[in-house]
Amino acid sequence: MDPSVGDLNSPHSMGTTIIGVTYNGGVVLGADSRTSTGVYVANRASDKITQLTDNVYVCRSGSAADSQIVSDYVRYFLHQHTIQLGEPATVKVAANLVRLLSYNNKSMLQTGLIIGGWDKYEGGKIYGVPLGGTILEQPFAIGGSGSTYLYGFFDQEWKEGMTKDEAEKLVVKAVSLAIARDGASGGVVRTVIINSDGVTRNFYPGDSLPLWHEELEPQNSLLDILSSSSSEPMVS
Amino acid sequence: MGMKGNGSNHECSRERVKGEEEAAAELLLCREPIRIMSKGEVDYVHARGGFSFDSCRRNEMLLNKGLKPSSFLKTGTTIVGLIFQDGVILGADTRATEGPIVADKNCEKIHYMAPNIYCCGAGTAADTEAVTDTISSHLKLHRYHTARESRVVTALTLLKSHLFRYQGHVSAALVLGGVDVTGPHLHTIYPHGSTDSLPFATMGSGSLAAMAVFESKYHEGLSRDEGVKLVCEAICSGIFNDLGSGSNVDICVITKGQKEYLRNHLLPNPRTYISSKGYSFSKKT
Repeated sequence: MDPSVGDLNSPHSMGTTIIGVTYNGGVVLGADSRTSTGVYVANRASDKITQLTDNVYVCRSGSAADSQIVSDYVRYFLHQHTIQLGEPATVKVAANLVRLLSYNNKSMLQTGLIIGGWDKYEGGKIYGVPLGGTILEQPFAIGGSGSTYLYGFFDQEWKEGMTKDEAEKLVVKAVSLAIARDGASGGVVRTVIINSDGVTRNFYPGDSLPLWHEELEPQNSLLDILSSSSSEPMVS
Repeated sequence: MGMKGNGSNHECSRERVKGEEEAAAELLLCREPIRIMSKGEVDYVHARGGFSFDSCRRNEMLLNKGLKPSSFLKTGTTIVGLIFQDGVILGADTRATEGPIVADKNCEKIHYMAPNIYCCGAGTAADTEAVTDTISSHLKLHRYHTARESRVVTALTLLKSHLFRYQGHVSAALVLGGVDVTGPHLHTIYPHGSTDSLPFATMGSGSLAAMAVFESKYHEGLSRDEGVKLVCEAICSGIFNDLGSGSNVDICVITKGQKEYLRNHLLPNPRTYISSKGYSFSKKT
């Protein structure tokens, strides 16, 4: 395979940075938006935070196909479960369904997931289900290739009992730091806030994120060219 | 000992230590609802069939020994799709390659799925043809069953489940587009079964060249003519800059209630030298 073309036959994988954080009253899930096939970015605006039920969402990382299939199966099981139970499914049940699929098919699947949601019994909860199919209930969870750059950051910045805005700012800052350092993460930052009032989706385009050490202001970027609305692309 | 006389290959695969692929394939292939129980309890061989990965292991072993695989017909390909004001436009080149040779100078890569849904295919030509034909007939049966126009997400789910089941061995990378009651949709489907939903998409060996054109010139709310022009540019970029793509440009415009299949919309590679005397091929030559 020509290395400059990258291996376009590589499985579609999400390099990724995914984060889930609990706060006083709910959870905030955050992710970047880059899906890569080898060294080519197949989708620069993907949505890695997938809905399982009205009150439970999952952040996907690893193989795109595997994580999509697992979330499709879990959504189906949860739907049945909700009908049989007669009330919204709990986050714990959703996380355990994910864990059962991940663990029992561990040799075939390559996906790390973070399940987050709100239910009336336990409030906001985050569960991490990494590669082998372990399930870990945590106050915050990070995953994906970009998460390696965030362990120290969270050790320092994490606080119990944050407000919704503090939690979201923390998530956006963390994802943006990981994007700065991890080649397999990039694009935009998407967040989902889940609490007793419902679900809020937010979107932070790449140019709204703060610049970190040695990052330069974008110059003559496509965004400036397009907004100047001149017909000649290269005229400043 | 399990099933008797149901095909010798099933006996053999039961004897062998279950490889990772087979064990999990069994789990995911079984027609009964997927079991969330330990693998140890599912210990019998499915006589019904399902993809047997035996040949894949044999092929890998042969490759390791240095046997070159026979070159099969691939569509090197540039395929694109974009969403415009009133619907979806799909585009494709028309070259099919067999290793370094052009096997078909004018093949059709935009496949019919439903009256309102078309699918471009890149990868192994046989795989794209087979998978689109299979799902197209499945969709027709579904239309008879539900008495409704097919939806793009239905085709998407059928294709992605099929491709995931074969774990990437069905080498088909697809751009699926159509307009249904819920509006225009465009999806890309990768050989391993993952999908993306995008406003503009490119696939195939020429995808980088075509994506460069789209990234610089695409905007929302394109008119039909602008859209067709942009798709032509993207495919031409693939045709001229990618060795695996070439010949002509096919376009398919799908809008609500109507589709236009423009076969050979552009012919930028005419035959340069034609003998003015004409050709004659006498018998026995």
